[in-house]
Amino acid sequence: MNRPFRVLWLQSGGCGGCSLSLLNAESPDLYSTLELANIEMLWHPSLSEASASEFIELIEQVLNNEVQVDALCLEGSVMRGPNGTGRFHMLAGTGKPMMHWIRGLAEKAKYTVAVGSCAAFGGITSAGVNKVDACGLQYDGDHDGGLFDENWVSPGGMPVINIAGCPTHPSWVTDTLTQLAMEELDINQLDELHRPRSYTDHLVHHGCTRNEFYEFKASAETPSDQGCMMEHMGCLGTQARADCNRRPWNGEGSCIRGGYACINCTAPKFEEPGHTFTQTPKIAGIPIGLPTDMPKAWFVALASLSKAATPERLSKNAIADHILVTPGKAKQEPGK
Amino acid sequence: MSESKTTRRLLGPFNRVEGDLEVEVEVNDGQVSSAWVNSPLYRGFENILVGKDPIDALVYTPRICGICSVSQSVAAARALAMAQGIDYTPNGRLATNLILACENMADHISHFYLFFMPDFARGQYAEQTWYKKVSERFKAQQGTAARDMLPARSEFMHLTGLLAGKWPHSLALQPGGTTRALEPRERITVLGKIHSFRRFLENTLFGDKLEAVNAIDSIEALKRWASEHADSDFGQFLMLADELQLATLGRSTDHFLSYGAYEVDEGQHLFNSGTWLQQHHPLQADAITEDISHSWMHAQRIPRHPYQGSTEPDAEAPDAYSWCKAPRYDGQVVEVGALARQIIDANPLAVALAQQSGGNVQNRVIGRLLELAQLIPHMEHWAQALKSGEAYCHQGSTPKEGQGMGLVEAARGSLGHWLRIKRGRIINYQIIAPTTWNFSPRDENGVPGALEQALVNTPVSDDGKDSANIQHVVRSFDPCMVCTVH
Repeated sequence: MNRPFRVLWLQSGGCGGCSLSLLNAESPDLYSTLELANIEMLWHPSLSEASASEFIELIEQVLNNEVQVDALCLEGSVMRGPNGTGRFHMLAGTGKPMMHWIRGLAEKAKYTVAVGSCAAFGGITSAGVNKVDACGLQYDGDHDGGLFDENWVSPGGMPVINIAGCPTHPSWVTDTLTQLAMEELDINQLDELHRPRSYTDHLVHHGCTRNEFYEFKASAETPSDQGCMMEHMGCLGTQARADCNRRPWNGEGSCIRGGYACINCTAPKFEEPGHTFTQTPKIAGIPIGLPTDMPKAWFVALASLSKAATPERLSKNAIADHILVTPGKAKQEPGK
Repeated sequence: MSESKTTRRLLGPFNRVEGDLEVEVEVNDGQVSSAWVNSPLYRGFENILVGKDPIDALVYTPRICGICSVSQSVAAARALAMAQGIDYTPNGRLATNLILACENMADHISHFYLFFMPDFARGQYAEQTWYKKVSERFKAQQGTAARDMLPARSEFMHLTGLLAGKWPHSLALQPGGTTRALEPRERITVLGKIHSFRRFLENTLFGDKLEAVNAIDSIEALKRWASEHADSDFGQFLMLADELQLATLGRSTDHFLSYGAYEVDEGQHLFNSGTWLQQHHPLQADAITEDISHSWMHAQRIPRHPYQGSTEPDAEAPDAYSWCKAPRYDGQVVEVGALARQIIDANPLAVALAQQSGGNVQNRVIGRLLELAQLIPHMEHWAQALKSGEAYCHQGSTPKEGQGMGLVEAARGSLGHWLRIKRGRIINYQIIAPTTWNFSPRDENGVPGALEQALVNTPVSDDGKDSANIQHVVRSFDPCMVCTVH
C-alpha cells in the first residue's frame, strides 16, 4: 500500500462545528472512512494525542521539510486584525499569530483545503462591521483574494479548495479528501468559487420534501408550519448550492426538513443577507430572490396560476404543523 | 543541594479542548505555584449582534460554538421569549429538552472518549501495570473505544436530525418551542434512537443497567460497584482515578453554580438551580457580574452586570493577559459543569464526593458520567409524552423596546445570554459561557479564576513541559474555548 495521504488540520477564527459535524460521519464511521481511503490524520485538534510542545515540534518539522503534508485543512476564518497584526488569534504557546503559521504551512502542503464557509470566505466571523478583519484563505467575502491572492496555487498546483458550508456535511469533507487522496480531484471538479462540484452542482431545492407545497405556492406563515418557506419565511433553497435534501443530515434531517429556512450557508456573505434571515424580502408582494435561472415574468405567471389551482389539502396543510388533510379520499361513513 | 528554584513556562496549544488555549505556569519545587490562563482567540459575536433584528440572534449565536450549538440556541431563544413575553408549548418544551439533552450527552461521551481518556495512554505511563490495557482501549486515534463510541454517537445524533433538522447549527430552537412537529412514526424512531444509545451506555460505558448506576448513592457503593464492573470503561476510569489519585488533583474553590437544567415546567428544572458552598443556596441572577481588569478590553472601569456590560477589544490594555472576561457571582469565583449541577441537585453520590474531596479531576468526570445514566430514562419519558396533533411552537412578536435573559446549562456548565432591544434592534448582547466562568483570568482584586486556582499545587516533573497532570486538570473541566471568549 502507498504511504497514507496525510492531513494536517488547524482551527482559527471559527466555532469548531465543521470538526464536530465530521464526527457525525457514518456508514462507515469517521475512522473507518479515513482508513479505507488510506488517509492519515497527522494531526487534528479533536482527535490527536500530541499537545503543546509535541504539536509545535510537528509543525516545525513540516516547515523544515522533515514531514510531508498532503492536505492542510483550515477550519475557521483567518484573523488579520487588529491592524493587520493577527493578534486576535495568536497560536497558543508560540507567541506568533495563527495567520503566520497558516501562510508557512500552506506553502508546504500539496493541497490547502478550507473547511467551512469561515475558512473559505470569512463566514460568520466576518459578519457585521468585521472589526476583527476576518477573511477566507483565498476569498474575502465574494471578493477574490483573502490571505492568499487570487492567483495563488499550492505546491500541488491547485487553488484553495473551498468546502463551504456552515457547518460542512461530514461527507462533503470525507468525499473531497478521498478524491484528493485518489488523485481524482482536479480544477474541473471545482465550481466557480472553487467549491467541490460533488455537492454544489445541486440546489438545496433538489429533493426538498416540501416540493408539492412549492409547486402550488402553498406557503408556511409561522415557524413549524409545513408549507413552502420561500414566499414568507426567507428560504433560499431554490438558489443555494448544496445537496442537503439529496444527502440528508444526521439521518433524516436538513434545515428545511427541520422546519426552518435554508439560509444559503455555502455562499460567500451568507452571514449578511441585508434583511432578517427568516423573513422573505419582497417588492409589491413578490419575493426579491427568485429561483436563480428562471425568467421573472414566467415565475410570476406560473406562481399565480398554481396558486389558483392549489388543492385545499395543500392550502390547509401548509399552515398547520401536522397533516390535517390526507391525500386519500375522505372515508365514507357506513350507510351514507 | 536541592535549592528551591522557580521557573515559568508557557504551555500551549492545548488540543482536545474545543478551541485554542494557552496556560502559563510558575513551578516551584516540582509543583505549580501559580497559573495564568489565556484564551488567545477573539471573534466578537457580541459586536456582530449589535444593530441586528433580535430574531437573527437565532442564526448567529449557535455559531459561537460547534459543540455547544444547541445550548447557545436555547439561551438566545429564552432571552427572546422573555422579551416577547411568551413561553413554550408543552410539546415545544419536551422537544427542546430532547434536543438539548442529546447535545449535552453527545458532548459528555465525546469528552470522555476523545478528549480526556487518551491522556492516560501517553507514553509517560508506559511503565504502569495498567498501561497495556488502557492504551489498547483509549489511545488517541488507535484505541478500540472511540471506534465503539463514534457510531453510537452518530446514531444518537439522528435524534437532532429528526427534531432539529441537523446538528450543529439548527434554527429549530425558537422562543415559543420548536419548528418540527414529529409525525407519529417519527416519535417511534426517536424512541428507538434513545433505546439504542441506552444499549451503548449499558453495554460499553457502564457494563450495567443505567438504573443500577443511578442507584449508587454513596462512596462505599461506588467502590463496590467499581470492583464489580472493573472491565467497563467507567470501571477503567475509576481504577485509574484510584491508581493516580485523581481526587487529589485539580481542586478549585468548591463553590459551585448551576442555572438549573431541563425545564420541565415553567421555572421548574429537572436539575435544580442554585449555588453550593458547603450547602445549597438559591440562585440570584442579579449577583452575576463581569470584570475586565485583566482582559484585553477597555471602556469599563468596574465589574458590571451583563445587561450593562460592554465588549470593546483592546490588544494593548494594561495588565491584560486574556481575551476572556472574569465573571463573578456575588464577587466570588465559582465552578460550573456537570459536577456542579449534580451537587446542586443534591445527587447523594455527588454531594458525598464533594464533601470528601471537593471539585477535582476524578469528581468532575464522575459528575458527567452520572448525567449520562440519569438522562436516558428522562428522555424516554419526554419522547413518550410528545402529543401528536398538538402544537410545537407558539408565535411571538419581538417588542420595539425590551430586554431578556436566557439561562441554560450546556454540557460544560452555565451559559447565559443577556439581550437589550431598542427601536426594534439589538442594542446590547452579552454572553457568559461555561468556560468563561471556569477559565476566567484574575479579577480586580487579583483573585485567579477557577482553573488558575485548580492548577496550583499540581505536581509536575521538569518545569511543567509535557506534564500529563496539567493535561488532566485542564481537560477535567471539559473546556470549550470558542465559547469562552466568543
